[in-house]
Amino acid sequence: MKHTVVALVEDRPGVLNRVASLFRRRGFNIDSLAVGTTEEQGISRMTIVVDGADGIVEQVEKQLYKLIDVVKVSDLTKEEAVLRELALIKVRCNTERRRDVLDIVEMFRAQVVDVSPTSLIVQVVAAEDRVNALIENLKPFGIRELTRTGRVAMARGSATTTVHERESAEVQRFHSESGRLPEGDLPYVSK
Amino acid sequence: MRMSGADIVLECLKRLGVDTVFGYPGGVVLPLYDRWPSHPEVRHILVRHEQGGGHAAEGYAKASGKLGVALATSGPGATNLVTAIQDAMMDSVPTLFITGNVARNLLGKDGFQEADITGITMPAVKHNYLVMRAEDLAYTFAEAGHIATTGRPGPVHIDIPKDVFLEEADFQWPERVSIRGYRPATTGHPGQIKRAAEIIDRAERPVVIGGHGVILANAAEEFRAFVEKAGLPVLNTLLGLGGIPRDHALSYGMLGMHGSFEANLAASNADVIIGIGMRMDDRALGRFQDFNPTASIIHMDVDPAEHNKNIQATIPIVADVKLALPQLTEAVQQRSHVEWIRWIDETRAEHAHSMAVPSGPELSVQHIVTRISEMSPDATIVTGVGQHQMWAAQHMKFSRPHQLITSGGLGTMGFETPAALGAQVARPGETVWTICGDGGFQMTLQELATLVDARAPVKLAIMNNGYLGMVRQWQELFYQDNYVSVAMAQPDFLKLADAYGIHALRVTAKEQVDDAIREAEAHPGPVIIDFQVEAEGNVWPMVPAGAALSETIGPPARPAEVTR
Repeated sequence: MKHTVVALVEDRPGVLNRVASLFRRRGFNIDSLAVGTTEEQGISRMTIVVDGADGIVEQVEKQLYKLIDVVKVSDLTKEEAVLRELALIKVRCNTERRRDVLDIVEMFRAQVVDVSPTSLIVQVVAAEDRVNALIENLKPFGIRELTRTGRVAMARGSATTTVHERESAEVQRFHSESGRLPEGDLPYVSK
Repeated sequence: MRMSGADIVLECLKRLGVDTVFGYPGGVVLPLYDRWPSHPEVRHILVRHEQGGGHAAEGYAKASGKLGVALATSGPGATNLVTAIQDAMMDSVPTLFITGNVARNLLGKDGFQEADITGITMPAVKHNYLVMRAEDLAYTFAEAGHIATTGRPGPVHIDIPKDVFLEEADFQWPERVSIRGYRPATTGHPGQIKRAAEIIDRAERPVVIGGHGVILANAAEEFRAFVEKAGLPVLNTLLGLGGIPRDHALSYGMLGMHGSFEANLAASNADVIIGIGMRMDDRALGRFQDFNPTASIIHMDVDPAEHNKNIQATIPIVADVKLALPQLTEAVQQRSHVEWIRWIDETRAEHAHSMAVPSGPELSVQHIVTRISEMSPDATIVTGVGQHQMWAAQHMKFSRPHQLITSGGLGTMGFETPAALGAQVARPGETVWTICGDGGFQMTLQELATLVDARAPVKLAIMNNGYLGMVRQWQELFYQDNYVSVAMAQPDFLKLADAYGIHALRVTAKEQVDDAIREAEAHPGPVIIDFQVEAEGNVWPMVPAGAALSETIGPPARPAEVTR
């Protein structure tokens, strides 16, 4: 099963290397990885799609927590969340066939962001299965180039995944019982 | 106060309570060495190879429980530390490794003696740093010391470009460090403690496995109080030995690949297994899926990632064992499992021959380590890796934490001599014995010079059988006697000792053992004893690789073994 794991990490040199190295070393498979800044200065957000059984993903989370630069890890898989990725697709297309391509683009609520006499670039922001479906429908025209960002995710409703937000009661109970995190507020201050 | 990066580094070490650094100079750390004479509070011990420096730092830390520190120059100096860093990682040794690197403007340009050492050590450390500004040094060292010594301890590596040592900055030692991504566990969750206590109270055949964590957490007293109240027979992992005195009525020694029958069968037949400060390693537990599948498992460890990694625990307790053991002791009922303990005792008696010290005239390692343990019961014992290590673990009666210093997780041959240097420096005036294999000894024997230089009177007992003994044992048992690259023509260890100015003696017969041990201990300096032991002794009992603990096997009929 595919899990969407969000890791909030210190924005420091080498942190991507630490995370990637961890996945390689422990034999965890990364389906996609997206990194960017957040609402909090100095914190980057990594959205990692991991394919594996629940036990494996639990190990992924715990191993991520062991990295000093990783501040918080959340698995959004079981939560209601908005999951999106962006794709840019350069489709082979002359003026005669342009209308056909545009029909498909409209159907998927995608956009054309660049046009030339022989091709156009389609931009789509959607969940992965919709992106996949769009790609399938554009294939007959000829796809000259394709790039995808990988999944980013955010919980629906008022719940957030930030360094300030305490975990939900259920997650907290899981942490303290099966023991992923000690109790106590962030940040930990040494004696 | 304004000072150079080099002075800041040495000030930081003092603030961290570091009194000794095991180091080796080189081009890029010269600015640091240049300032050393102004900081006499920090002793620098010049090792003969950076790997030795790293193991010495580990030995120092393992013997004292304090932070061990090693220092190396860039490039080859730094890469030579890597084995020791990984060893410290596997065994959770609180250590700080400092390396120099090329000047900042040369980083990434493949200059002379540049290595991407933070990239290399990244998967082998608890954390590492490349410090690019002198003003960052103080906070980095404070963080590093905090991370290395708290929670599950481990190695932290700091890499410092040459010109950062020369750059001036204000030195201000931080009173506190605050790391939002690092929150070591403290007390156990009350609900989990309660559930664990209920299971322990209902147990008919419980065992405790005491690991390295009991020693690392300085929790031997708490551990003892717990097992005595609940009446629990105690097994130890290799690194857990010394967590409870071996002559304690509830102590049943080491379990695992070369654990005793009674320990392995007790673990295999228990209905409740309580792992304290241990990581459920394959060498201790055998084949995971057949490690007593019916038992309830209570697993207390400070590192959340060790829970459910190898063994699914019934009740995981993420906690500092020093804080959580008293909670558990409070919660459990006073019990004594008379019948169960009688069963274990009967198992021990039934299989006593499997681990007995050979009674014949041959000079066996088992006899030697037993005599050292009996004649020098308080000595700190450092071992290498292999047969002699297992025999030491089986037969020596460790009575206190930090008494056995050995490379467990990584199994680093050559660990022993430099680690003994570190242990002796940490415990001046006390006896440190090193049990060496003749193979491993030659991997790091350059540190003999350091022992002499540092006036460290370590007693080195070389178990010389002319073989890589453990490899030979496996080739005999599992590769049909096909001995390949295991026999070694050894140098004359007495002449070697003489070259280093070390007192040495040779023992070829059983009757000479006691006198040799006495002579070595009476000598004020380091001593090498070349014990020419039987060539083809095997370590028994044994759990073959990939087998379950319940499949422990003993030696074949004795006469065959003796006449081999």
